[in-house]
Amino acid sequence: MGAFLFQPSSLTVTPSRVVKLSLLLCLLLFTVAFVSLFTGTADISVRATLREFFPWASFLSGTLTEAETSIIMSVRLPRILLAALVGASLSVAGVVFQALLRNPLADPYILGISAGSAVGAVLGILFGTAGTWGLGMPGMAFLGALTAILIVFGIAGRTKHKENNTLLLTGVMVNAFFNAFILFVFTISDHAQLQRALNWIMGDLSLADEQALFYTSVFLLLGTVFIYTYARSLNLLVTGEETAQQLGVSVGKTKIGLLTAAALITAAAVAASGTIGFVGLIIPHIIRLLVGPDHRILLPAAFFLGGTFLIGADTLARSLVAPAELPVGVITALCGAPYFLLLLRRSLRSSP
Amino acid sequence: MNIMQVNNLGFRYGEPWVLWNLNFIIHGGEFIGVLGPNGSGKSTLLRLLDGILTPQEGQALLDGSPVHTMKRREVARRIAVVPQNYTGIFSFSAREIVLMGRSPHLRNWSFEEEHDYAVVQRVMEQTHTLALAARPLEQLSGGERQRVLIARALAQEPQLLLLDEPTAFLDIRHQVDILSLLKSLNKNEGLTVVAVTHDINLASLYCDRIILLDRGIIHDDGVPEAVLTARNIEAVYGTPVLTSRHELTGRPVVAPRAEIW
Repeated sequence: MGAFLFQPSSLTVTPSRVVKLSLLLCLLLFTVAFVSLFTGTADISVRATLREFFPWASFLSGTLTEAETSIIMSVRLPRILLAALVGASLSVAGVVFQALLRNPLADPYILGISAGSAVGAVLGILFGTAGTWGLGMPGMAFLGALTAILIVFGIAGRTKHKENNTLLLTGVMVNAFFNAFILFVFTISDHAQLQRALNWIMGDLSLADEQALFYTSVFLLLGTVFIYTYARSLNLLVTGEETAQQLGVSVGKTKIGLLTAAALITAAAVAASGTIGFVGLIIPHIIRLLVGPDHRILLPAAFFLGGTFLIGADTLARSLVAPAELPVGVITALCGAPYFLLLLRRSLRSSP
Repeated sequence: MNIMQVNNLGFRYGEPWVLWNLNFIIHGGEFIGVLGPNGSGKSTLLRLLDGILTPQEGQALLDGSPVHTMKRREVARRIAVVPQNYTGIFSFSAREIVLMGRSPHLRNWSFEEEHDYAVVQRVMEQTHTLALAARPLEQLSGGERQRVLIARALAQEPQLLLLDEPTAFLDIRHQVDILSLLKSLNKNEGLTVVAVTHDINLASLYCDRIILLDRGIIHDDGVPEAVLTARNIEAVYGTPVLTSRHELTGRPVVAPRAEIW
């Protein structure tokens, strides 16, 4: 009678369940991306665009003007791709930080790791590698992320999971310092860039160029594959570091590898788009509610839903006050900050 | 058969030695209780046996190699630890927690297979936790949670089971449940058990051998009848006690003198 309980059922994480959910969320991502592609001030015909992409589809009609093609191909499509990549990156990084700090309120932005990357990237721009993706800017962003991680884990990494205060305060201070530093640097260097700096601090996906797309996708894919290798170790780590050791995880090595990978994908995302907050907080939490906390299904689901969420947020950001644009970080913060407070209140209530 | 051999083991966090010059052998099939006052080094000893801590002196040998130098995965296939309580975050179900016990037997990128589910089914039957399978761990009572953690340890299919005060937060019925379960695993499956505990009388009833620690050294080591004497207990715990015999088993029973009367 009990035997059927342990057949790999719908409650157990199996490869087929992971693949099915990933395909479903992938479909959702493409749907949102499709809607986003045709949302904007310029009203572009869906049929004509599809015809452009699939010339053999004779049932489609109409043609795009040169301006329309340019809007689709050089403005909206790269921006949607970058939103998908950055959203996936921040969401996967959020999953890793939450597991390693054993704290559901952790996220690259709240911890100040995004701000650290931003400082690195700004320094990279200042020291002559401006705008180019050589190794200067993403490399410096990576160093900035690592610095922030050292500070956060050095001070707050050892606290028990119920003690949120240290972690959150550390993140607030790291953020305050790094953001002040960025504004300081931009102000003394060139007044004309101040607006850009402000946009960048709140996240800006309009900077999508081929190099940004290339580097974020490479770092995201390599980082995610590496992290997924340790998906089961992440499950063990959230039940306690000593428990993870007792169950066969080399905790020291695993933590260093995972932090490096998470820093890398955060840095690439920030270098490409500035600091966009709360994606890494909201998405993992929603997925846990839907499919449970097992990282083997949580990671791929967070990857796809994170991308979908940021495409949606960016579409709102560029259409709410059209023809003007909001920084996408304004939208994610408007959703994310109340969500964060809700989670914080619940976690304070449940502590003894 | 020797499971572990402890040679001249010494450990300190800072200046004073927490454990000093420990020598003993854990034989296959033994049920050992480690007793001693607070701060006598009991929990530290468990961590050294599991190889999580590195000793400054001597070593604990598992099949001939120092356990702290072995790969964690290798150790976890042979030694399982039941912690005092569960400290995880996020709502894992009891079944997911027990499945984690299969981890040292799985490779990266691989998922549990039929064999793993069969092992988990078996250990959850043994520990009477099947009915709890779908429930989140933090919603279980102390005794239920402890049984799930024992099931997870058994899912590792270890030779040696280490327990850190497995009955600390339980009432007498659940204490007896847990210890009877361990005793039956020890008797029927030949599982070797080393349990750190504060409960002298339960240790006396269920263990074949008691190691009595006093400020980091072994004060005495032997069968309960030989170790749990008023003299030993008074010397180690520093409080006067009376000893008698358990009516059914003849094992020693230790009670405080309570001289206030």
